[in-house]
This record gives sequence, C-alpha cells and structure tokens, in this order.
Amino acid sequence: MPLVKNGAVVEDRFTRVLDDAAIVDDVPVIMPAARLLADVGDLAGRRGATGVLWPNDRDISQLAPHLDRLALVALDFPNFRDGRAYSQARILRERYNYRGELRATGQVLRDQFLLLHRAGFDSFEVSKPADASAFAETIARYSVVYQPADAGTPAALRRRNASSKAGARVHLREHDA
Amino acid sequence: MYVYDDFDRTLVDERVNEFRDQVARRLSGELTEDEFKPLRLMNGVYLQLHAYMLRVAIPYGTLSSEQLRTLAHIARRYDRDYGHFTTRQNLQFNWIKLSDLPDVMADLAKAGLHGMQTSGNCVRNVTTDQWGGVAPDEIEDPRIWAEILRQHSTMHPEFTYLPRKFKIAITAAAHDRAAVRVHDIGLRLHKNGAGESGFEVVVGGGLGRTPFVGKTIKPFLPKRDLLSYVEAILRVYNQYGRRDNIYKARIKILVHEMGAEKFGAEVDAEWQNIKDGALAIDLAFIADIASRFRYPKYENLANEPPALTQVRSRNSRFDTWFRNSVTPHKQRGYAIVTLSLKPEGAPPGDATSEQMDAIASLADRYSFSEIRVAHEQNLVLPHVAQRDLPVLWEQLEKIGVATPNVGLVSDIIACPGLDYCSLANTRSIPVAQELTRRFKNLGTQRELGRLHINISGCINACGHHHVGHIGILGVEKNGQEFFQITLGGRADEKAELGCLLGPAVPYAEVADVIEDVVAAYVELRDQPNELFVDTVKRIGVEPFKERVYAAR
Amino acid sequence: MTAPSQQKLKVHGPVVVTGNRLSDGAVVYRGAIGWTARLSEASVVSNAQAAKDLLVLASKDDAAVGAYVAPVEINNGQIEPGNLRERIRLAGPTFDLPASFGI
Ligand code: SF4
Repeated sequence: MPLVKNGAVVEDRFTRVLDDAAIVDDVPVIMPAARLLADVGDLAGRRGATGVLWPNDRDISQLAPHLDRLALVALDFPNFRDGRAYSQARILRERYNYRGELRATGQVLRDQFLLLHRAGFDSFEVSKPADASAFAETIARYSVVYQPADAGTPAALRRRNASSKAGARVHLREHDA
Repeated sequence: MYVYDDFDRTLVDERVNEFRDQVARRLSGELTEDEFKPLRLMNGVYLQLHAYMLRVAIPYGTLSSEQLRTLAHIARRYDRDYGHFTTRQNLQFNWIKLSDLPDVMADLAKAGLHGMQTSGNCVRNVTTDQWGGVAPDEIEDPRIWAEILRQHSTMHPEFTYLPRKFKIAITAAAHDRAAVRVHDIGLRLHKNGAGESGFEVVVGGGLGRTPFVGKTIKPFLPKRDLLSYVEAILRVYNQYGRRDNIYKARIKILVHEMGAEKFGAEVDAEWQNIKDGALAIDLAFIADIASRFRYPKYENLANEPPALTQVRSRNSRFDTWFRNSVTPHKQRGYAIVTLSLKPEGAPPGDATSEQMDAIASLADRYSFSEIRVAHEQNLVLPHVAQRDLPVLWEQLEKIGVATPNVGLVSDIIACPGLDYCSLANTRSIPVAQELTRRFKNLGTQRELGRLHINISGCINACGHHHVGHIGILGVEKNGQEFFQITLGGRADEKAELGCLLGPAVPYAEVADVIEDVVAAYVELRDQPNELFVDTVKRIGVEPFKERVYAAR
Repeated sequence: MTAPSQQKLKVHGPVVVTGNRLSDGAVVYRGAIGWTARLSEASVVSNAQAAKDLLVLASKDDAAVGAYVAPVEINNGQIEPGNLRERIRLAGPTFDLPASFGI
C-alpha cells in the first residue's frame, strides 16, 4: 500500500507491531492503542520513534497525555464512509495541538484526500496505487473552501480576498488573524 | 436573493470538474459502484426505478427567474420536459442519464445551481420559512442564517461522512412554516426578555421509521455562537451516533438513547472548547452575508388599491383565488402569491418546462425576478404589487397554476412513491390524483377549511405523513398495496404526530376511507370554523374510527 | 448491503435477474449474452441455485448496477413482470407524465 507524505509517494519508515510482538529499540514502530496505554512507561527511553494506531471508536482524549512522546498517530477508516476519524483528527490538531505525523489508514481513497488533508492529516496509506500518484492534482481540485478547518490551521470562516475580482464590496474576514 | 460572487462561483465550478472526473472514472470502471455511490449522492444523484434522478438544491427555497429558466432548460434538454418540486424545497429530475450529468451540472453551475447537500450523509440543504424576508410576522430574515449555515456546512471536512443525513431548519416567525421541531436541528430565532435575538435550539426531531418531536437543549443561544454550537452538536453526533444499524443512525436515536439532558451536556462540554475560537460570529460577518442578499426596491404603494378592490367585487372567481392564494406582505401595497402546483388530477408538485419558463417571465414582470419554492410543493411569487394581482391572475390561470386550493384538502403533499422510487412499498401519486378528483368541488373544499393530506409510499416518510392532518402511509401486505391512515398530525409550532385510525386499507378503498373521514369530521366538528386538526385534538380518533370502520 | 452472492434466495416460480444500466439508468435484464433492455430476451430460471448463478455472473458485469432477482410470469409463452414494482419498472409510471397535461 503506497504511503503519501508531503504530497509524494514515499517509503514507510514505520513498522507495525501487534499486541505481543517484540519491539526493536531503534526501529520506528506503530503499535496498537491498548499496548501503548499499557506500556507507556517502558516506551519513554526508546531510541526509535513511536507511533500509535488509534481506533475510531475510542475516546481520543485518552491519548492526549501521551502525545508529546509520539511521532505518529494513525487514525482508522474501516471504510471510507465511516467518518469518525475526521473528528478525532481535528481534535488532535486543534485542541491538543498535536504537530507530529497524522496518518490516515484503512480505506483511503482519492475522493476523500482533500477532506482528510483539511481535517489535519498529513500522511496517507492509500488503498490504490493510481490514487496515490494522483494525490497532488487531487488536493489542488479546489482553490476555495468555506470553513475554518484546514490542516490544523483554522482559516477564515469565509475568506474573500479584498483584491479579488469580486470587487470592493468584499473584505477580508480572518477570524483567527 | 443571495447573489453569488466569484468565490461561490469558483467553488461550484470546481465541483463540476471534480464530478466530471468522478463520472469518467466510474464509467471507465476505475471506481466501483460502492465507491462511486456516496460521491454521486453528494451531488444529488440517485438511481431510481427507471433512471437516475437528480435533485437540485434550492437553498431556502429561493430562486431567481434566471435559475428557474435554467431548470426549465435542463428539463427540456436532458429530461422529459418537467421537474418535480419536493417538500424540502428542492427540485428533482426523474429521467437523467449518468453520462449527461457532468454537462447538466455545468449548465446548472452557470446559474449558480448544483446538487450539493441534497443527498448523502452530510448536512443537507438548510430549509427555512418559504416567506423569509417578506412575512409580516418574522423578526428578521431567516435566510441569512440559512445561508451562513449553508456555507459553513458545504463540503465540511469533518462532517461529510456522518452516520446519516442531517437536516437543519430555521424559522424566525411566530408561526413556524419550516417545521423546525421535526428536524435533526431546529432553530427558532426569537427575542429574549432583554430584547436580544437568538436561537432556541431543538435537536433530535424527525419523521421516518421512528418519528420524534425534537427536544429543546438550548432555550436561548446568542447569534455569535450559532456556528460553534452547531459544530459541537455535529461533533458529538459524528463520534457517538450509531453506525451499526442504518435505521438507528439518525441523531434522534442518539438523543433518545442518551436522553436530551445528557446529550445537551455533552454538546455543552464540547462547545466550551470551541465557542471562542474561529467560529465565533461577529457583526461584520453577518453584515457581509446579509449584503449579498438583494432586496427589491419596492415602490411606495397603498394597500387595497382600487385596481384590486374593483376586480374583487366584480369578478367572484378572482376574488375566490385572491382569498385563497394571496397572503399579506411585510411591505405596504404588496402581496405574497402562492401558485398551486396541484390542479385536479395532476401529480403534486410537478411543473413542465413551459410552465417554469412562463413563471420565470411572470416573476420578471411582477415579482422582482424572484420565485420561492414552498414546502407544500407549490411555488410562490413573493413580491407582487397588489394592483398587479388581477392581471397576474389571468396569466397564472392560462398556465394552470391558479387553482384556488392552497391549504385545502386537494393541496396534497405526496412523495414520488412506487411510480419512481426504488424504496417504495406503494404508489402515492395516483392516490393523490384520485383524492383531488373526489374533492374537486372548490366550494366543498373551502367549506372544509384548512386540511392537509400527506402521503408517503413507505416508512421513510418523504411525504411527511406523520405530520399531515390526515396522513397516508403505504405498506405492503402479501405483495399488495395497503395504506395506514393517521389523523391529527401537524408540523407547525404545535407539532404533533398523527394517531393511527385503524387497520390498513387496500389501494382500491383508500380514497373512500378518506372521504368517510372527512364526512365524519363535518358531522363531528362543534362549529363550522373548527378546523379538522382541532376537532381531532378535541375528541381523539375514536369517534372517527367508529364511523369509518362501522360500514366496513 | 449483502453482496448478491451472499444473499439468501428464495425462489418460487420463474425469475429473472434485473438491474439498471450504468450509463443511463435504464432498466435491463440479464440475458444469455449480457444485459438487454428487452424482458423477452431475459434468461428465466426457476430454482435458487440457477438464480444465484445468474446473479453472480450478472453482478460481475459492470455495464449495469444493482442487480437483483425479480419474479416474472410466463403467459402464453411471453415473459411478463411478476409484480407491480416490476411492471412499473418496465412500463413507466402508472399515470400520464406531466407534459401531457400541457398548457
Ligand atoms: S417515502 Fe418512501 S416511497 Fe416515498 S419517496 Fe420516500 S423513500 Fe420513496
């Protein structure tokens, strides 16, 4: 499954470990949520980066105390129509100020890239290779959006550029400016 | 009218390009039907019995004449020369080809129209009072708030894959014409003790399989907090709404299972985190949206000009129509005119392209180029000078939209039913057609007073049968069409769900039974002006049941 | 939705497999060599296994979508729809379309 990061297909440096598999100290791993919460003390001194795969039906606030030790959070889309992880992503980015890698995993398809990206995801385990290579053009499909929820940096509720062709009537509205 | 600027236009154009690409990938087999279906639904494209159906969004039911002409053009060029107006103020084309749809969307986009938010598990087209901006009893124009919510929910990055569809309705008038208590979120704009205006927030109402009247979780929400509070509701719902069972996925079930109080507390907790953030609304923002609404430059006219009163006194047909279809306007000298799309024997809510074109021209001449779509599947010319009413009436008569039956027993709301809909148990349009024939005598109709009949062809309740004064629901029994009848429902500020009259009756008898129900009402009402729904409220359904089923 | 291959099929009497054509949504039936718009060319089967086989085959052919098994009746050697829904799918709405109300 190709991994897209920063708009390009890249090698995945993380290894997924299951509940009972041994963890090599200097290898970057993604572990299940339950294991992370159980072993959180042992993980402090690891040399490799630690990531977690967080299920979409588990309260994301439980992860908050551990975020500063995590290099990656993977959120799950068991199928692309199950949108719970969009909320989890925004909460991580906007409430807990998580700045590490936020990865979408599961059924990750082209036609959801933009929403995912805007909800704060910055890496994507893409289900189909053709979709992965179309990432950059897909994400550029829209030049305008209405709401502030933009990869963790809230934009204007409605950003109408004062210099746009629309004319003088329009003015800049940046709530967070 | 809300007027699009470059920003809105760009978004709709980009949407067309995206959809064109998605359709191409579907037709080439690159996308499977499972992958494509949610994408087409989010553009209003269904697959029905005979063909694809396209539902075009008409935000808060306001259309320009140019937009109505565009709809006529689509009907003529890509469909079978007519369109169907729905109870949610949208328009449906029933015979569209998937391969034509990208071009259809592009033609729509030129007039600022699209199918976004008309289907799928997202926030749907926000509905409001069809008389918004012109109703004398409103405290302000609710469409501004509908537009703010429309923009905020369009392609929302967090709420596009909710557990289920999500409907928001707004009213700003004393009399609720938007049925806010039977929506996922209902918003009632009103003034508090201090004279400030804000929203009463009602959640968890809805019809369908498990109907509920919504519960108030916030009696007064300041305007600045509207978006953050709605966001908090959606966020709680997105995370906790059920996804294991499609029939239990609406927010009403979550509210019911959690209890309104606990649900409200969850929302409040979430809201505290975001209320002072990017979504807080300031006055400049409201003014910005409001400035995009164009209001007519009314003339300074007097009420009841001689041009009107003289014709009323000498032409009784005109006078009958006037008393039925014309309503007072905010502005002196003007009136709101309802165009009945319910002539005897016709499918409720359908309009031909020829009618649409003609109505667009009449709107240009007599209503500042503006048209509204009413929840009752009628059209409205919202700003007609009273002196123009007689000539307008003549024109409306010519195109068959001046039947003076608005709000009467033959002004029937019916879903498409088994004649079009792939989910249906039974037909509903032919039932409506038969009833309009039974009650064709306009004198009798007037004598019966306001009486709403609502028909749905299955439990999904698109015809809002639960809130019809008389509700008719199609059910299947051993492969045959049967109908359950409920009495006493209503959707206004006194919202109530109808009570079942008795055992379901077969297709061939349903019109007879309704006639008997109406005859029973005439016998049972305590005075001629007691409305049907009030009689049912006073005495319950039992006396009706006795009379109707005694003979059967 | 259960995949057609997993659907429990109860077949009493003759049935066909039907769906809607992908490109325009038109009603089509599964015939011997693919989808056809003519009910008279549909393959008629009358036991669950045969119906299931036909359905599985039809579902693999992406030229039509939403394939399912529908009842038919054979009258004087003619294939006719077996219920009201299928009659409407074949013949259209049971009333005149609005254009014929005319102005
Ligand atoms: S109520 Fe049922 S039959 Fe009627 S349009 Fe809705 S889904 Fe179709």
